[in-house]
Amino acid sequence: MDGELTRQTAADLAAAMAAGEVSAVEVTQAHLDRITAVDGSVKAFLHVAAERALAAARAVDEQRAAGAPLGPLAGVPVAHKDVFTTADMPTTCGSRILAGWQPPYDATVTRRLREAGMIILGKTNMDEFAMGSSTENSAFGPSHNPWDLDRVPGGSSGGSSAAVAAFEAPLGTGTDTGGSIRQPGAVCGIVGVKPTYGGSSRYGLVAFASSLDTPGPLARTVLDAALLHEAMSGHDPCDSTSLDAAVPPVVAAARQADVSGLRVGVVTELGGEGYQPGVMQRFTETVELLESLGAKIVELSCPHFAYALPAYYLIAPSEASSNLARFDAMRYGLRVGDDGVRSAEEVMSLTRAAGFGAEVKRRIMLGTYALSSGYYDAYYGKAQQVRTLVIRDFEAAFEQADVLVSPSTPTTAFRIGERADDPMAMYLADLATIPSDLAGNAALSVPCGLAPEDGLPVGFQIMAPVLADDRMYRVGAAVEAALQRRWGHALIDEARGLDGAGR
Amino acid sequence: MTETVAAVAFDDAVSRYEPVFGLETHVELGTITKMFCGCPAAFGAEPNAAVCPVCLGLPGSLPVVNRRAVEYTIRIGLALNCTIATWCRFARKNYFYPDMPKDYQISQYDEPLCTDGYLDVAVAGTVVRVGIERVHMEEDTGKSHHMGGATGRIHGADYSLVDYNRAGIPLVEVVTKPVPGTGALAPEVARAYVTELRELLRALGVSDVRMEEGSLRCDVNLSLSPAGSGQWGKRTETKNVNSLRSVERAMRSEIERQAAILDAGGTVVQETRHFHEETGQTTPGRSKEEAQDYRYFPEPDLVPLAPEAAWVDGIRASLPELPAARRARLQAEWGLSDLDMAAVRNAGALDLVAATVAAGASPANARKWWLGELSRHANESGTELTHLPVTPDQVARVAELVSSGQLNDKLARAVLDGVLAGEGSPDEVVAARGLAVVSDEGALGVAVDEAIAANPDLAAKVRDGKVNVAAALVGVVMRATRGQADAAKVRELILAKLS
Amino acid sequence: MPITREEVAHLARLARLALTEEELDRFAGQLDVIISSVARVGEVAADGIPPTSQAVPVTNVFRDDVLVPCLGAAAALDQAPAAEAGQFRVPRILAED
Repeated sequence: MDGELTRQTAADLAAAMAAGEVSAVEVTQAHLDRITAVDGSVKAFLHVAAERALAAARAVDEQRAAGAPLGPLAGVPVAHKDVFTTADMPTTCGSRILAGWQPPYDATVTRRLREAGMIILGKTNMDEFAMGSSTENSAFGPSHNPWDLDRVPGGSSGGSSAAVAAFEAPLGTGTDTGGSIRQPGAVCGIVGVKPTYGGSSRYGLVAFASSLDTPGPLARTVLDAALLHEAMSGHDPCDSTSLDAAVPPVVAAARQADVSGLRVGVVTELGGEGYQPGVMQRFTETVELLESLGAKIVELSCPHFAYALPAYYLIAPSEASSNLARFDAMRYGLRVGDDGVRSAEEVMSLTRAAGFGAEVKRRIMLGTYALSSGYYDAYYGKAQQVRTLVIRDFEAAFEQADVLVSPSTPTTAFRIGERADDPMAMYLADLATIPSDLAGNAALSVPCGLAPEDGLPVGFQIMAPVLADDRMYRVGAAVEAALQRRWGHALIDEARGLDGAGR
Repeated sequence: MTETVAAVAFDDAVSRYEPVFGLETHVELGTITKMFCGCPAAFGAEPNAAVCPVCLGLPGSLPVVNRRAVEYTIRIGLALNCTIATWCRFARKNYFYPDMPKDYQISQYDEPLCTDGYLDVAVAGTVVRVGIERVHMEEDTGKSHHMGGATGRIHGADYSLVDYNRAGIPLVEVVTKPVPGTGALAPEVARAYVTELRELLRALGVSDVRMEEGSLRCDVNLSLSPAGSGQWGKRTETKNVNSLRSVERAMRSEIERQAAILDAGGTVVQETRHFHEETGQTTPGRSKEEAQDYRYFPEPDLVPLAPEAAWVDGIRASLPELPAARRARLQAEWGLSDLDMAAVRNAGALDLVAATVAAGASPANARKWWLGELSRHANESGTELTHLPVTPDQVARVAELVSSGQLNDKLARAVLDGVLAGEGSPDEVVAARGLAVVSDEGALGVAVDEAIAANPDLAAKVRDGKVNVAAALVGVVMRATRGQADAAKVRELILAKLS
Repeated sequence: MPITREEVAHLARLARLALTEEELDRFAGQLDVIISSVARVGEVAADGIPPTSQAVPVTNVFRDDVLVPCLGAAAALDQAPAAEAGQFRVPRILAED
């Protein structure tokens, strides 16, 4: 039955298809039906590629029938963030300036999904050019949290997160620059992972902040996330910053789920004031849970983490101001004001004013400011020094702990519109996630409960050293398994926001 | 700003002001592919056929450094006696322009690959050491064609058409240190520097350095200060200097222009100017209310360059003989004075003479033909020596025919005429035109008898012992035989018959 | 030091953003708050601390000087806002560079 198929994990769907119990076409159709039923409310998708998806599913079924060797996720549907280029679907990055843009090439991550036999259901909504924590900065309207449709699904990968949480897809791709996978994962009650920087190729990922952008998986279970992580990752010669190292054995680690003897560091600076009490409560309980599972808990201070947010809001906009300069109406995308008399400079300015939203404009100007002569040393230069200090804090901390933990984000999902007029308030959503983006190490968010005051999901962040991604999967899997035992079901099963919407 | 100041002649200007100049030269590298992608660096006619997501700057594209471009840059740096950085980065130079696919250029800013070198340049018998500040890598922009205006230039155009085939081609920028103290010779030193640099780059095999085609571009920086003031003046930068001659002319023009302003008590505006081939003058470029703020920062899509010592050493070991060293060696081998060697260089005949010597001619003969008869031909037809349709091998053959007595100079000139006219190789021309020297005593004897008979007075004088007069009779025979007689043999016969 | 409206207008020009008067005022206020906040990085004593521009240190990534198939002019121009004679047609450019 369709309802059952969409409630399955990616691992289970893959196994069922491999065993011949169900076809890829049936699986894809079930998810397309689910999208039809609920996406009017969730608004996770900007573009649904139904025909292509079914064609791809048919191809997988034919290959399987012919006995061709297929990967572990063959036939599994995936919701693909609209920041990745797709040669057969539009790529808008949530922006009017790219409305309808049809790239002539696939991103490497897109190619890897296809080569793995996964079925791209469509492109998901996002904050414009990945700048935001709620999808409210999308030029095409926000997505809605399946737990409560009046609330944000987080951002910038809010569309993929909502799609997975709404059972529209078992897997979703996202990108994390300041927390844009982990925070939406946390507020939607699912798993969101930021791999080690460079672990997954940025070729074809429309750049926001080049030294921070990291593609990663969103899924309802730790194992599913690990499976997608492996499929998405690997060295890419087209990306000079791509890691030339083997993908850490994250799937094996996800199956291991054992933390006995592991040193777990609680970072003092990532918690307490500014964090919702219910969030802190669930976090603390999860730490105690880890201790009961055999982990050793240590309290650690990373003093420069307090400066991570301002450093990030200098580095990221600076790189973005340069990365977004190419949107100038000359070669592709929106062109406004070309009346045959206006100059190229004027057309550029009018187009960018019409095509970019307010947050993007703010960050472009902030970045332009931070890089301008006379200000570079005090702002961009200083921020890069803070970055060094954050890295050193991590190095020191990882000498005393194998993983570091914190709440993923200070609050549960806020209401749509609640922070729209207050950029600084919006930025605070990234408090706990930003340090790992600056340092490039691996971090994930795993659901750890519902906040008592509002019944909304809380995420537990686990950080591991560079290239030790498997370690955080091990801990994440242990937490997930223990909580599942305690509750008797997965947390996501409690999401009620779509009741009546064709479950 | 209209310049209604009294004009100053160049000689006057340099007698009262000291020029300090610098040159920035952009070199298009002759790699197979572009700087950051696999598109061809040399391309055919169809616009936008040699582009990909990377050089078109499409969203999501990323650059990857062409190793050979780095190797070529190191090669240039080593040949210019530079220090090669052990660690350096690329940087973004941010500005908006329609021919810039990303609206930033990937270049190098405060961490160039090569620094602090020099190039010795010989001018008017002295050697000037031009310091090299830096050599760095960057990418070229696309090309725009301005449509609708009268001149094809930007001013007055209605719109533009852009071709990105050139975007992303590797460029190396060579920046000199300021060159003071050259006085009146400044324009020649500047020209000689560019000439020497061009020869060097060609010898290194890193670029075809054709200024007319834009693979070598020069910007000329110049400032003037009152003689003996010890302070340097305001500097202008002149672009669109597209030939060696233009380098010299642009310098002269700027020196005169700035001197006139300073004479009138004005201040030279620090600006970018545009050189005009037709007038030999410069005009102001865009008036910039605000100086460009390029907001340089390290390129985050690329990782640092840390060329290993072994790699650099390998490149150094593989450097060819550099032009200056080669010239010194050839000058010694040919036993030429500095003046004679300069004459060979100035005629553009160095490689031709060397090749002719390699083909068997003596240095003296090789020089004689290339600087003499062939230079005359080149001047008359308005071509360059290297473009004449005659090869060093052929010239060597002609010299050999003269040495062996089969041709004399006059006949040799006729043979060269034939080769240049496309009649074939020297031997073919000799055969076809029947230009061989006639040495046969029988045939010559007849001609000599006829000459003696026709000139009894001359014959009498020779009989009397005025041997020198025999030359006149030789001349008669030569004319009668259309220059084909073996002159020495003719003289022998005359003396024999009249003794 | 608060950022002035003129500075914001200058930034908008540099970044090719045609802002309305109302936007200039609004952004000036918001940027002022943000800049004051991010300026906190100045509090960190960082003498002698090297800046990090790349989180994971790697050097010398190259490609070989080997041809790779191009997009083709049709694909390159396919999404152009305006094209003519196989080239991208752009509005008149004001100044030489």
